[in-house]
Amino acid sequence: MGHVDGNAIAGSLAEIFPFDVTAAVGRCAHCGSTGMIGDAMVYFAATGTIVRCANCDEVLAVLVETPSRIWLSLSGVRGLTLPT
Amino acid sequence: MSFITRGFSGRSRERDPRLPPGQTKVDDWPVLSAGPTPKVDPEVWSFTVTTETGAQTHWSWDELRALGLEDIETDIHCVTHWSKLAMTWRGVPLDKILAGIPTHAGYAMAHSYGGYTTNVPLPELLNGQSWVAFEADGTPLEPEHGGPARLLVPHLYFWKSAKWVNGLTLMDSNDPGFWEQSGYSLHGDPWKEERYW
Repeated sequence: MGHVDGNAIAGSLAEIFPFDVTAAVGRCAHCGSTGMIGDAMVYFAATGTIVRCANCDEVLAVLVETPSRIWLSLSGVRGLTLPT
Repeated sequence: MSFITRGFSGRSRERDPRLPPGQTKVDDWPVLSAGPTPKVDPEVWSFTVTTETGAQTHWSWDELRALGLEDIETDIHCVTHWSKLAMTWRGVPLDKILAGIPTHAGYAMAHSYGGYTTNVPLPELLNGQSWVAFEADGTPLEPEHGGPARLLVPHLYFWKSAKWVNGLTLMDSNDPGFWEQSGYSLHGDPWKEERYW
């Protein structure tokens, strides 16, 4: 299965964050590289959505939408920054 | 006199009793991937069991298969509501892999090439309930289906049957794996619809 870029999850993340997360810059906790979430690689599996680092392929974030709640893990992101 | 008929087809509308609640039978085999598909050469493939003390046992491709292959016919049930019935599989039972490994652990974390993990209670990997599988429906497992080897735990939802499996870590506590950290059930019994926390 192929991937798309991080802008594909803008809609889902807009339900959680009051700002455009795809424009935020995050640091990968695995390789230390920085980049906009919108430039990350997004895989849509039927079980959930996985965001991977464009540099090292490791998992930045996992988004699961169940019938009763949304789960968001940002375990692979070491900080987010965005312009004020 | 009834004014409602069931039509002329005569076909039974009874649900297949092999289908757990909420599941629909499929004839193809859908592919679910959370990332790039690892391409693992059997020449370099290895399987490692790490106990709760840190002791490790390693097998090569040939060594693991030499423990004894079994043929299995079983149904599989994906948490995304499809089931594939009466699949044939070939693999080595975890009973043979774990035989002789001293442990008091109650749980296991399966690990895969590519970094995927999933947790299973250790007793549910034993007594003929799980295998490291190499073939499905008579052919070697394709990489998109977890080849060259995947875990097969057919009595639990299929995300527990880790693709590209390369080892187990035996644990004292039921630590969550990849999907379990993001809302999916720690156990995953399809007959109880244990989909989420």
